[in-house]
Amino acid sequence: MRQTVAVGAGKLTRQLSRWSGRGGSTLPGRVVLALEPDFLRRMAAQVGTGSLLVTGTNGKTTTANLLAGMLRRGHRVCHNAAGANLLVGLTTAFLTECDPWGRLRAELAVLEVDEATMPRAAAELSPVGGVVTNFFRDQLDRYGELEHSVELVRRGLAHFRPGGFLALNADDPLVAGLAEGTDLRAVYFGVDDASLGTSRREHAAEARTCRCGQPLGYRRYFYAHLGHWACSECGLARPEPAISLRRLRPRAEGARLTVATPRGELEFTFPLPGLYNVYNVLGALAAAWAMGEDVPALGRDLAEYSTVFGRMERLRVRGREVRLALVKNPVGFNQVLRTLGQERGEQVLVLAINDRYADGTDVSWLWDVDFEPLAGASSRIIASGIRAADMALRLKYAGVPPQRVSVIERPITALERALAGIGAGGVVWVLPTYTALLELRADMARRGWARRFWRV
Amino acid sequence: MQVCIAHLYPELMNLYGDRGNVIALERRAAWRGWEVEMRRVGLGDPFDLGEADLIFLGGGEDRSQQLIFRDLLEEKAASLRRAVEQGAAVLAICGGYQLLGRHYRPAQGDEIPGLGLLDAHTEAGERRLIGDVVAESPPLGGATLVGFENHSGRTFLGEGVTPLARVRAGFGNNGEDGTEGAVWRGVVGTYLHGAVLPKNPALADYLLRRAMEHRAGRPVELSPLDDAAEERAHRALLHRPGGRR
Repeated sequence: MRQTVAVGAGKLTRQLSRWSGRGGSTLPGRVVLALEPDFLRRMAAQVGTGSLLVTGTNGKTTTANLLAGMLRRGHRVCHNAAGANLLVGLTTAFLTECDPWGRLRAELAVLEVDEATMPRAAAELSPVGGVVTNFFRDQLDRYGELEHSVELVRRGLAHFRPGGFLALNADDPLVAGLAEGTDLRAVYFGVDDASLGTSRREHAAEARTCRCGQPLGYRRYFYAHLGHWACSECGLARPEPAISLRRLRPRAEGARLTVATPRGELEFTFPLPGLYNVYNVLGALAAAWAMGEDVPALGRDLAEYSTVFGRMERLRVRGREVRLALVKNPVGFNQVLRTLGQERGEQVLVLAINDRYADGTDVSWLWDVDFEPLAGASSRIIASGIRAADMALRLKYAGVPPQRVSVIERPITALERALAGIGAGGVVWVLPTYTALLELRADMARRGWARRFWRV
Repeated sequence: MQVCIAHLYPELMNLYGDRGNVIALERRAAWRGWEVEMRRVGLGDPFDLGEADLIFLGGGEDRSQQLIFRDLLEEKAASLRRAVEQGAAVLAICGGYQLLGRHYRPAQGDEIPGLGLLDAHTEAGERRLIGDVVAESPPLGGATLVGFENHSGRTFLGEGVTPLARVRAGFGNNGEDGTEGAVWRGVVGTYLHGAVLPKNPALADYLLRRAMEHRAGRPVELSPLDDAAEERAHRALLHRPGGRR
């Protein structure tokens, strides 16, 4: 009975919050959890094939979306699409997939989960498998130090079903060892195309130490601290990946990837830019393979994949091209800046930095982003968001001349100004933090500029 | 004019954008037409800190701090002390600040000795002290300081040092006595990240002036800069409602 009331109230809330123009990805979950605290556990009991959790600092949303897309071929999948990755977000995802009596229609759940939520989420859901993408410094004010995030994920793993699997990034030394001490089967993924790396480390990469206390050596860095690593002291080294990128060739419409798998080589054109997205597809493939999916067929599907909400999205607004890319930590921000730096033509940048809880309330990470290349570019830049002043200050100290930078706190106003000041062939790049992106999307939807982003 | 800035353990000790402090010092010196010699001093680097006019040490994660600790104590302590005695400026943040104190007392186990440059000691605390800080600094002529703190250690000051500031919002050194940071001669220790110097030009220039005087061997007046962007970021934090949302 309580279950039915909770589900009814949740569904009603979802309808109301959608009518009122909000995304509706957390409020319904909050209502359900208030009325029925055991909701997730009850749902977990009904997921026939089980739940898969995707966690890590960067790439959770894209990896989980890719994986859900792959598994939808043969299953009805419950999935939190909009990056709502705390307990209430997971609850909303299940709510969407159950009937008014609380019976779950999905047989499989693919859920992106925030690192700090891993212990609770795993305890409630007893997952059959998971993907860990990487660990970077991100929103540390919430969780303390990086190693604490690793520890939280490790705590979650203790609740996985015995004999389950873990798809792990072999190139991240903090991730690669996670299956140790568990009875989970590790499936590694990584990059083997050495031509994509360098022997030099970028600033945002921190020195990594081995668990024996010695600094790790790298033969190759792909980006940040991801690479081919080994400890000269105790011999610990990057594991051999089962799913690995053999070759990447840039193409106008994306990248042509050659991926080695235990079922032979796949070759497909992948539309998402950046090496970080390659890791996401490798992680999703590793998990799909562990789930027994027909990997060669997945390769054929992948080329059709379209971009996930906000993780680099192209829109046309008032006849101008707008590119939206979420930024939330130095490594991701550097990747986006590198991508836009490679493009010719007129550009206006809107950098929208908020510091609400979901963004991380500390913006000091802006000082770890390499904005210096922008000093020599000609693009105009609008610093925006709650912390627009901090963003503008960072640009000043990066050497960007002040006359090229303006400060407009509201993201939608900043975007309007950017659109007004750019020629027909130009591109407006909008780089917002999470809540700035939500705010901007809502304002854009109100102006009829973009489809609403949620998918249910 | 020339000034030498030594950045200690830039790779291992850099939490929460601490490198922004080095960027700020370098730019503010360069904007005044000074020539800046930047020295990145890592593990095992025999660079004589007595040659530096300003020495910066950021915060680090526990494991990084363990890694640099012995090197700092055995390889760098003597030249660092000499630099301070000769009047060089030092800025140490968070974990770096703790290392300059007399000792660190962990929750379990023995006291770990520090450099003893500052008459202060740190004790392990249970809850992390996290959030925005607004403080008033008498040593800086009453200037306000803004920043972000995130630490579990509680630092207590002895008689031999002056608090850098009194907190108006936030926890500061230990969350109990209202002090934040410590000053002794040219040494400034603080828990403020942010990075702290770009948003607090008064503190940046205080350190730069000490560094210049150390180099020149006589009192130095700094030429004023256009700090509109700095003041805007500073004010934005000053007037945040309660600091947190």
